[in-house]
Amino acid sequence: MDYNTIWFILVGVLFTGYVMLDGFDLGVGILHLFEKDDTNRRIHLNAIGPVWDGNEVWLVTGGGALFAAFPEVYATAFSGFYDAFMLLLCALIFRAVAIEFRSKEKWPLWRKSWDIAFAFGSFLSAFLIGVAMGNITWGIPLNEHHEFTGNFLTLIHPYSLFLGITTVALFAMHGNIYLILKTEGELQAKLRRWIKVTIPIYVVCFLIFNFWTMYKCTHIEDSLRDHMVELSILFLLTVMAVGAIPREVHKGREFRAFLFSCLQMAFLMALFGLSVFPNMIFSTPNVENSLTIYNGASPQNTLQFMFVVAMIGVPIVLTYTACVYYIFRGKVKLTEESY
Amino acid sequence: MDVEILSRIQFAFTIAFHYIYPPLSIGLGVMLVLMQAFWLKTRNPLYHNMARYWTRVFGLTFAIGVATGIVMEFEFGTNWATYSRFVGSVFGGPLAIEGIYAFFLESGFLAILLFGWDKVGPKTHFFATCMVALGAHFSAIWIIVANSWMQTPAGFHLVREVGKNPDGSPIEVPLDPGYILKQEDLDHVRAVVDSFWEMVLNPSTLDRITHTVIGCWLAGAFLVVSISAFYLLKQRHLQFAKTSLKFGLAVGCFASLLQLVSADSTARGVGDNQPIKLAAIEGLADTTTEAPLGIVGWVSWDKDADGNIIGIKENSFKIKGLLSILMDGDFLHPVEASKTVVQGLNDLPSDEFILARHPGATPEEIKLIRPEYWPNVPVVFQTYHLMIALGMGLIGISVLGCILWKTGHLWRTDIKWVRWFLIVLVLSVLMPQIANQAGWFTAEMGRQPWIVYEILKTSEGLSKAVIAGQVLSSLIMFAFIYVLLFMVFIYTLTKKIQHGPKDDESINILPEKWRPMALKGGRQTAPTTNDQPND
Ligand code: HDD
Ligand code: HEM
Ligand code: HEM
Repeated sequence: MDYNTIWFILVGVLFTGYVMLDGFDLGVGILHLFEKDDTNRRIHLNAIGPVWDGNEVWLVTGGGALFAAFPEVYATAFSGFYDAFMLLLCALIFRAVAIEFRSKEKWPLWRKSWDIAFAFGSFLSAFLIGVAMGNITWGIPLNEHHEFTGNFLTLIHPYSLFLGITTVALFAMHGNIYLILKTEGELQAKLRRWIKVTIPIYVVCFLIFNFWTMYKCTHIEDSLRDHMVELSILFLLTVMAVGAIPREVHKGREFRAFLFSCLQMAFLMALFGLSVFPNMIFSTPNVENSLTIYNGASPQNTLQFMFVVAMIGVPIVLTYTACVYYIFRGKVKLTEESY
Repeated sequence: MDVEILSRIQFAFTIAFHYIYPPLSIGLGVMLVLMQAFWLKTRNPLYHNMARYWTRVFGLTFAIGVATGIVMEFEFGTNWATYSRFVGSVFGGPLAIEGIYAFFLESGFLAILLFGWDKVGPKTHFFATCMVALGAHFSAIWIIVANSWMQTPAGFHLVREVGKNPDGSPIEVPLDPGYILKQEDLDHVRAVVDSFWEMVLNPSTLDRITHTVIGCWLAGAFLVVSISAFYLLKQRHLQFAKTSLKFGLAVGCFASLLQLVSADSTARGVGDNQPIKLAAIEGLADTTTEAPLGIVGWVSWDKDADGNIIGIKENSFKIKGLLSILMDGDFLHPVEASKTVVQGLNDLPSDEFILARHPGATPEEIKLIRPEYWPNVPVVFQTYHLMIALGMGLIGISVLGCILWKTGHLWRTDIKWVRWFLIVLVLSVLMPQIANQAGWFTAEMGRQPWIVYEILKTSEGLSKAVIAGQVLSSLIMFAFIYVLLFMVFIYTLTKKIQHGPKDDESINILPEKWRPMALKGGRQTAPTTNDQPND
């Protein structure tokens, strides 16, 4: 395996870490307004309180790794999706500060505004991430210098919008399971009722989206032919993992359901990665302008050096992140330090 | 307005806003480590109470720092795509390292610092605090490595793409070291790293890291000074206020004196590596020995009849020869040192430099071209001198504060001039903030017209896929959000200050796990009062 492929996988791992972890934060935000009671809302917020910032760092580091390893891809994607990214930044800012500020004051208007900011920011972030993924699978117009030649409207089409909705559904379900793990009593019972809605919505989206991709994304066909076996196995695993979620929830084993939810995201990302590989940004209609892991990458010495850097750093990060999650295991208790 | 100016305004605005908060968190991080260390050593609950209060302030600055930092991380791609393509393999490295080694560390342990009081014991908590502070310093270090490389690029060479391998990867040939970029090169020339360590330790890195980090300590220390002085004036939380004030003044005094040493070295570094910048910030027109050091004054452009810039007019109070001495650095032999030649703007950049870029230019044309390579002298002159004035002011305030603390006058709020001094202390929080901002404006505007010094121009680094309307709308959006954020920040901070720390200094304020009973082998005996956790 060459360094380009390794970095493709590494960047993929970072973004997978991001959707698995920040996915539940965003999901909690998407569900936030459906809960009306103030104390319950605070419990929701404090369920993600200690970890959301760390989760968001996966995105930041993914961006940094993309910059270092595939600068062309970083430059093309971010300048091409300019308006979408500015909206995403706006959403992420509001979401982040809403968590911090919401419970600092008691007056209803204050809390309500931040609640809306939090919910709306989370929803918009999830949706835009989905739309961006959709465009990368679908393909965007690039010129021979790998510059994006479309505009904002080029990025909006049924497929990408649907992937946006699917992502929202996915995160809502993921967040819902997470909340069940962190709550107890009355509130938990209510969340258990919600899950009967969030899971089916996601499963339906999931199915439609997969068939849509297979039938309509023409360039996926090539990789389907090349990697038939791997892709089928992965797809089967994904379906099994998705199927396991309602079963585990039904049996009241939410922790396992949560793990399966993470697992299916990992499989989905792998599926996504394998079917676009070695392209990173697919160009339509001029396929030859696509950015691949070879024509968009940094030179070998950078890739090699950064690989060593990552191999030393990432295990350390994983270790203490696991410790932090372990320390904050168990049900949420509101204390004086809580949001 | 065109994309260039809008993108520059947007970058300057977003980074300047971001830069209000990290210095506070870096500086407060150091203060928290000190307070907790004192607590661990003495087990005096007062220190615990302090650490707890300042942690809450810390949480506030941190949250906004994070929210505004994410914007910065992506702005290189959104607004400076050509720049990102050109230097990605060099510049992306430090940014990725910052993510892996700094942000994860900070945000991971932040959870324990903010929410872990009841979950872990005091030693683990102290460890987490140290890690958060360390992570914050690492973020400063790596981002400044990246920025310093833009100021004084090293450890790289330029390559030109001449073809493609079968797999699509470019075939590249190295260019000569002194190669001058042309507009049409931008699509197939880029910078690649030769030596990673040479890139990281480029000529300005160490000076600038030291100088910035000390600036951050000052920002944190003076926040503590300011709020404590406020309590002292209001006669509230006296014990807490006095002790916090001592911490703030001690760190502030130490850091401001250290800053002078570091500033001297930074300025000399600028003189060596970016002589144009030095001449601009000092407003030095002619190359001379016994170059004077300006203290206050103003500089304006000298224009010819057609409105072309031909030079500068400076009007300032100055000390003869001091700049030469400072540049030479030999303070023990001032007379010899003052013989050092300092180059002025009229000779910078050199004729050879201009001829290489504008082949065949006549001496007359060279004169007209030269100002194109100058930064905005009137502005950087002012920002630079503002920073120096504030630096001197900080030294004065903190040294005087320490003296009054030692003589005991500082606590005598019945004396009128002491009250005045305390009011100055309350306001002093603004000084390191303004100095920090002024310093960055000096450094960044003094670098113009280059985005990578003497290699790539700022105007060449823009995103081609982005049009002015897009940048204008995002700029308006950021302006709106940031103004809102700033107001909310000030509001919540004010509330926090009014609310104040808990006045309870008994053992009861400690988290359950931390009480001496639970601390096996703790030096104190069990408290006699009730054992209810009070939160
Ligand atoms: C509290 C903060 C603070 C204080 C009191 C000072 N500075 Fe400063 N200065 C900074 C905070 C700062 C900074 C924000 O950290 C900068 C911006 C970029 C950098 O590397 O550091 C800076 C930049 C900076 C530069 C430009 C570096 C470059 O372009 O690479 C020079 C020459 C000086 N400083 C010199 C001084 C002098 C002579 C001071 C006199 C006391 C001084 N600074 C006080
Ligand atoms: C440490 C990382 C930093 C990097 C990599 C960086 C990089 C850049 C870039 C790419 C630009 C746009 C090009 C230009 O106009 O020069 C810029 C401009 C600017 N930056 Fe920085 N910057 C950093 C830190 C800061 C900080 C902390 C501040 C201030 C608080 C700052 C203040 C400015 C200003 C004022 C400009 C506009 C200069 C002008 O318009 O002439 N920078 N910087
Ligand atoms: C253009 C340059 C910059 C970029 C791209 C950048 C990027 C970021 C990002 C993405 C975050 C959020 C990290 C998280 O989610 O935890 C952040 C926070 C932070 N940044 Fe920056 N930053 C820049 C300039 C600076 C400078 C110049 C300093 C210090 C000297 C600095 C120090 C910090 C610190 C300490 C934090 C932690 C949050 C806080 O303390 O408020 N950054 N930055």
